Amino acid sequence: MNSFKKNLLKKRYNAERRFQWYGKIAIGLALSFLAVFMFQIFSKGYSAFQKTWIVTEVHYDKELLLIDAESPSKDDLENADYYDVAYKAMTSLDPGLPEEEDRQLIQMVSYKYEAEVKDLLLKNPDYLGKIVPIKLTASDDVDQVHKGNYPRDIPEQNRRVNDYQLQIYDMLNERGDILSEFNISFFTSPDSREAELAGIASSFMGTVFSILVCLAFSFPVAVLAAIYLEEFAPKNKFTDFIEVNINNLAAVPSIVFGLLGLGVLLAVFNLPRSTPLVGGITLSLMTLPTIIIAARASLKAVPPSIREAALAMGASNMQTTMHHTVPLSMPGTLSGTIIGLAQALGETAPLILIGMVAFVNTIPGTPVDPAASLPVQIYIWSESAERGFVEKVSACIMVLLAFLILMNLAAQIVRHKFEKKWS
Amino acid sequence: MSKIKAENVNVYYGSKQALFDVSIDIAEKEVTALIGPSGCGKSTFLRCLNRMNDVIEICRVEGSIKMDNLELNSRKLDVVRLRENVGMVFQKPNPFPKTIYENVAYGPTIHGIAQSKEEMDQIVETSLKKAALWNEVKDRLDEIGTGLSGGQQQRLCIARAISVSPEVILMDEPCSALDPIATAQIEELIDDLKKEVTIVIVTHSMSQAARVSQKTGFFHLGKLIEFGPTDKIFKNPDNQQTQDYITGRFG
Repeated sequence: MNSFKKNLLKKRYNAERRFQWYGKIAIGLALSFLAVFMFQIFSKGYSAFQKTWIVTEVHYDKELLLIDAESPSKDDLENADYYDVAYKAMTSLDPGLPEEEDRQLIQMVSYKYEAEVKDLLLKNPDYLGKIVPIKLTASDDVDQVHKGNYPRDIPEQNRRVNDYQLQIYDMLNERGDILSEFNISFFTSPDSREAELAGIASSFMGTVFSILVCLAFSFPVAVLAAIYLEEFAPKNKFTDFIEVNINNLAAVPSIVFGLLGLGVLLAVFNLPRSTPLVGGITLSLMTLPTIIIAARASLKAVPPSIREAALAMGASNMQTTMHHTVPLSMPGTLSGTIIGLAQALGETAPLILIGMVAFVNTIPGTPVDPAASLPVQIYIWSESAERGFVEKVSACIMVLLAFLILMNLAAQIVRHKFEKKWS
Repeated sequence: MSKIKAENVNVYYGSKQALFDVSIDIAEKEVTALIGPSGCGKSTFLRCLNRMNDVIEICRVEGSIKMDNLELNSRKLDVVRLRENVGMVFQKPNPFPKTIYENVAYGPTIHGIAQSKEEMDQIVETSLKKAALWNEVKDRLDEIGTGLSGGQQQRLCIARAISVSPEVILMDEPCSALDPIATAQIEELIDDLKKEVTIVIVTHSMSQAARVSQKTGFFHLGKLIEFGPTDKIFKNPDNQQTQDYITGRFG
């Protein structure tokens, strides 16, 4: 081998080695971006899954509750006045505090503390007249202090928790009367203006309903369109034109579909605003082309020999399609559908336009009840100034990501488990 | 006796003509082999006989093809009924990705041939027996047909084709994807089947044509060059081109 040839060979090997390194670096970069992103979200968001409680004692004094009956009924308890009892439960933490300063203590728990006091008695009617310990939801400021997210060393006038409240907090914490437990209410409560009470139940249900509506509208339409175009439609300029348009539709920015939803569904058809029904239909416009393209691709992937076999047996076009081609294409179609829905799951812009951005503090029971959706909830919370919402945003992102990962996993499983391999 | 009579068949793919004035008489309960080099139009002609060319949009067939005096090349013909009578076996084994039983039962099901489950079981059994596959698969009828070996798959396709008791079976190079042993089994099968059905087979292998067929047609460049008894075509052809092809001088 002469030296020229040797050199050439060496160059070729070097080029290949370099190329492999470029690829490795690219993958490394992508993975590190993902790692940074995940770390950011998890480090900020994990604390939202903990809820801080303040433990104090409440005296269910019949006199203060304004209950006259000897053995009060459920209604009596329901209609009793809990203001004083709840107020006393909080102010008893520091009996020496002058009355005009009491707000400082009351502000350490959520504004719903009176309801919490009431709920405990309604659940345990025999507490009446007794002094019992009670857990009250800490305000988001105390919650953030407890989680260490709130700097204590900045000047008092810039702090939402003043020195006196910090002193009470430290005293309670030393006594072990500050509890940190798993935050169930984050999953069971609707949105709230108060960070400590806000939950994702409304937006989660809104997302679930939207996706279901989206599936119900887009799947049948898309599959029928794909079957017709792929198996029955004549191949001519007009069907080419339709195909180009479907491909274009897949690339249209989602906000345009939002405007369409606003202009047609709300303005012309007068469907109820801010509801998953409208949101789902708008999203289905987006998923429609995705599903059509996936369904056509998987119909195309069914080998022509299967169609020939069926046709040669005397099956009609319809029988060939329904007995053989469509069942064989279903795994691909389904996984395409799930991926289309996963895309729709993360859509924010069109939902904002059709009004799913409204503040909803009820949990929707049907697709025609007003609701938010997870991505919109992230948007709403990220706009809020309060520190308590920062961790909620990350926690909501985590829930959305978990939802997405589950759906993509389902798509993978459907594809690998049921797809026929053609040798 | 003539089963299929083709007269002046011309086939066009768009503007390209694939067959030129092909006229041929296919005799009943005989094996007719169509040979010729690649692209000579023999498969195109075969597909005219069960109207499989309908699938190809740009394909146009002219001329007359009569089966028992029924004009096949007519718009009014019920293609579904025709294909019930004219079965087809393809080059590559193409069983449905369903069970062996379902593969064979598919034709009788869509044509409503079996009245009961017992009758269907009977049809499946007879078809598989005729296709010489019964002994190999009788214990695993509910296994997927695509899991069989290549030769078994092709025999399954033959069983599927004969399940509706067709009068004619078209075979488009049925052994080209098979090994010599599987090929020998299929050839034996063809020999058995010709007692009941008319078989038209397209083949690349001249020795196969010589072994299985009674009549042979030689196609070249879309024309039927010579057609006659297999013995004559292989031993003493009239045409020089046929002679050259048979002796391997071209093709």
